[in-house]
Amino acid sequence: MTAQLPALQVAIPLACAPLCVLFRVRFVPWLLFVVAAVGSLVCAALLAGRVASEGTVRYAMGDWRAPAGIEFVVSAFNTPVLLLVSLAATVTAGYARRSVAAEIEPRRRRLLYACLCLTLAGLLGLAVTGDVFNAFVFLEISSLATYTMIAMGQHRRALLAAFRYVVIGTVGAVFVLIGIGLAYAVTGTLNMADLAERLAEGHDNRALQAAVVFVFVGLAVKMAVFPLHAWLPGAYAEAPSVVSTFIAATGTKVAVYVFCRFAFTVFGAALVFGVLRIDRIGLALAALAMLVGSAAACFQQDLRYLLAWSSVAQIGYILAGVSLATASGVSAAYLHLINHAVTKAALFAAAGLLVMQLGSVRLSALAGLGRRMPWTFAAIVVAGLGLVGVPPTAGFVSKWALVTALVERGMWPVLVAMLASSLLALVYVGRIIEVVWFREPPASAELEPTQSPATPASMVAAIWFLVLLTVYFGIDPTFPGGLADAAASALLGSGGE
Amino acid sequence: MMTFVLTNVTLLVILIATAIAISRMRALYEATMLGALFSLVTASLFVLLDAVDVAFTEAAVGVGISTVLLLGVLALTRSREAVTPRRRHLPALIAVLLAGGALGYASQDLPAFGAADSPVFSHPITGTYLHQSQEDIGIPNTVTAVLASYRGLDTLGELVVVFTAGLAVLSLVGPPARPEETMPRADFHLADYRIIRIISGILMPFILLFALYVLFHGEYGPGGGFQAGVIFAAGFVLYGLVFGLDKAQRVVPRVALRILVSLGPLVFIGLGLATMLLGGQFLDFDVLDPNHPEEGQHLGILLVETAIGFTVAAVMTTVFFSFASRGVSR
Repeated sequence: MTAQLPALQVAIPLACAPLCVLFRVRFVPWLLFVVAAVGSLVCAALLAGRVASEGTVRYAMGDWRAPAGIEFVVSAFNTPVLLLVSLAATVTAGYARRSVAAEIEPRRRRLLYACLCLTLAGLLGLAVTGDVFNAFVFLEISSLATYTMIAMGQHRRALLAAFRYVVIGTVGAVFVLIGIGLAYAVTGTLNMADLAERLAEGHDNRALQAAVVFVFVGLAVKMAVFPLHAWLPGAYAEAPSVVSTFIAATGTKVAVYVFCRFAFTVFGAALVFGVLRIDRIGLALAALAMLVGSAAACFQQDLRYLLAWSSVAQIGYILAGVSLATASGVSAAYLHLINHAVTKAALFAAAGLLVMQLGSVRLSALAGLGRRMPWTFAAIVVAGLGLVGVPPTAGFVSKWALVTALVERGMWPVLVAMLASSLLALVYVGRIIEVVWFREPPASAELEPTQSPATPASMVAAIWFLVLLTVYFGIDPTFPGGLADAAASALLGSGGE
Repeated sequence: MMTFVLTNVTLLVILIATAIAISRMRALYEATMLGALFSLVTASLFVLLDAVDVAFTEAAVGVGISTVLLLGVLALTRSREAVTPRRRHLPALIAVLLAGGALGYASQDLPAFGAADSPVFSHPITGTYLHQSQEDIGIPNTVTAVLASYRGLDTLGELVVVFTAGLAVLSLVGPPARPEETMPRADFHLADYRIIRIISGILMPFILLFALYVLFHGEYGPGGGFQAGVIFAAGFVLYGLVFGLDKAQRVVPRVALRILVSLGPLVFIGLGLATMLLGGQFLDFDVLDPNHPEEGQHLGILLVETAIGFTVAAVMTTVFFSFASRGVSR
C-alpha cells in the first residue's frame, strides 16, 4: 500500500468531505475531520521518510504516464509543506471540537467540517501535484472552501470580509489560469517537469514572459504580498477561530510553496530571476510588506486584526528569502515559513480561546486580564516573542538565517527594513503585554469574574502544543532546518526534479 | 475562409459590445440578460473553434442555469447597482489597462491561429490523445477520453468545486425551506397561464430524456455529466418556476437532494479507492475489467459521468431552491 501514499494523501481528506455532509449525528463530522487530518499526517510522515531514503517519489494518476496523464511528485521541496499542512490540520482538529461548538450554530457545523476537509485536501493537492492545471483545480477547491468558512464568522462583518476575499481571490485565480493557458500555448504541455524541459530556452518569447507575470501576480494575491494583501486582515480576523488558526498556518504558506515551485522548477530561475528580474520586485515588495504590515499592526485595536497585519509583514520575510534565489535564502524562507506557521497558529488559537471566554478580543477588553488568565496570556507572550524574533523562540532562528542570507548577497536596504520591522513587532507585542499585565481591569469585568465558562482542556492543549513547538524549534532547529535545507537544494539543485 | 473570418469578426464585435454595455449598465436585470447573450456568443465562438463540448457547457451553464440563478438572487436584493465612487475609477482603470496590456503583449508571440506547427499541435501528447486513445480507451469522443480518464483527477477536482459551491450556498443562504413552509405567491402564478403551463408540461419529459441522452452519449458525441446535470437541473428549475416551489419539492425532496449532492464525489473517489484495492493506481479504470481494459475504461467513464451528472443536477437544483425558497418562505 505504500506505493499508493501520494494518492491517499489527498484522497483521504477529499473522501471525508462528502461524508461530513451525509451524516447528521452530532460528533461524526468532527470525527471525520480528525480522520482526515490524522490520515494525511500519517501519509505525509511516511512519504517524508520515503523521500529521505529513496529520493523523489512519482505517482501516475490513472496509470497514465505523464505528460499524457497527471502525476503527483513528492520530493524534498514539498515534504515540509505536506507535514506542515497536515500537522496544522491535526492540531486544529483537536482544537476544533469545543471551539466550533461555541462559535458555530448547529446547522452549519457539518458544513464547516466538510469545508475544513476540502481546504485540507485542496492545500495538500496543491502541494503534491506535478501538473500546472491540476494545481489550479486544487487552488480553486481550497479557495472556495476557505471563502465559505470565512463567511461563517460570528459577526456580519465576516460576510463582507469573505466577499472581499472572493472578489480579490477570484481575480488572482483567473490570473493564474491565464498564465497557465499562455504557458500551454507556448509549450503544448501542462506537466511541470515537461514544461521545465521545454522552457529551458526561448526566454525572449513574449507570451511566455506574460505567462510568468500572470502566474506570479495571481499567486501574489494568494500569498497576500503587499500591495495585494487587502483581503487578509479582514479574512483572518473575522473568520471563526478554528478557521483562522488553520488558514493562518497554511493558506499563504502553501501559496508561497507554489510560487517557489513555479519559479524554480517550472519557469526556471534563469527566466524568472535572470531575464525578468522578479527577484528585485520581490525584494522591494518584501521590504515594503515588512514595514507596512508591522506598522499597521501597531495601530490595531483588536488582537486578531493585529495578528493578521503581522502576518502581512511575516509574508514579507518569507518572500525576501525566496527572492534572493540563493540556497541560503530559500532555506531561510522555508524555515521561516514553518516557524511562522506554528507561531501564528498558536496566537490565533489563543485569540480564539479568548473570544470564547470574553466574547471580544478588542485590546480595551483585555485590559488587566493577565492575572486572571495567566496561562493563556503566557502562551500569547511566548508566541508573540517568537514574532519579534527573541531567542530562544523559533522566530529567532529563522530570522537569523534570513539575516545571514541577506548579508551574503549584500542586500542592506532589505536588512534595514527587516530590523525596523522587528522593532515595530516589539512595539505591537509590547502593547499586548502592556495592556494585559500592566493596566487596571475595567470596572465592569470585576463585577462578573465567574461568568467565563470553564477553559476546555483540548483547546489549551492545542495552544500549548504549538507554543512549546515554537520553543523547541528555537532551541533545537535541526528538524525544520534539515527539511528547509533539503527543500532549498532540491529546488535549486537539479532544477528540482 | 472569408465567411469564417467574417463570422468570427462579427461575433467578436458583438461580444465586445455586449461586454461594454454590461459594464456601463446600472440596471441589474438588463445586465443579467446581456450576460446570457455574452455567454451565447461565447458558445458560438467555441463552436467555430470546433470545441463543441465546451460550447455545449457554456450554453447550458452560462446561458441557462447561471442566468436563472442570477435572477433568483436579484429577486432577493435590489436590482440596481450602487454607484461606484469616482475615486475608485482610476485605480480600476489602471489595473484593467495593465492586465489588458499584458495580454496584448503576450498575443504578439502566440502561435498563429490554426497553425499546424504550433507547440500544442506538435507536442506528442496531442497524438496520444487523438490516436492512442482509440486503442487505450476506444471511445470516439476524445474530449471525453481526456476528461474522464487521462485527466480524470482534474474532473474529480472540478466536481468537488461544484460540490463546494453547493456547500457554500447551503451555508450562506440556508437549506431549501420545507414545502409546507413555502407559500405560493397569491397574486401571480405562472401556472395560471395556460400556454406556459401546457408547453412546460409537454417539454418536461423531453428535457429529462435529453439530459439522459447527453449523459450516456458523452462517449460518442458532445456531452457528458456536467452538461447533462445542468439540463436535468434546468428541467426542475422550469418546473419550479411554473408550478411553484412546493410542487417542485414534491418531485425532488430535500433529503434526496442532500444525499445526491454528496453522492457524486463519494462515488468518484470511491471508484478511485476501488481501483487501488484492485491493484491499480488511483482512477486506473483498466483494472475494473482486467481481461478487457477497454471495457474497464468504458465502465469507469460511465460511472464517473453518472456521478457527475447526479451531483451537478443536485447542486444546481439545491442552489435554485435555496434562493427561491428564501424569497417565499414565511
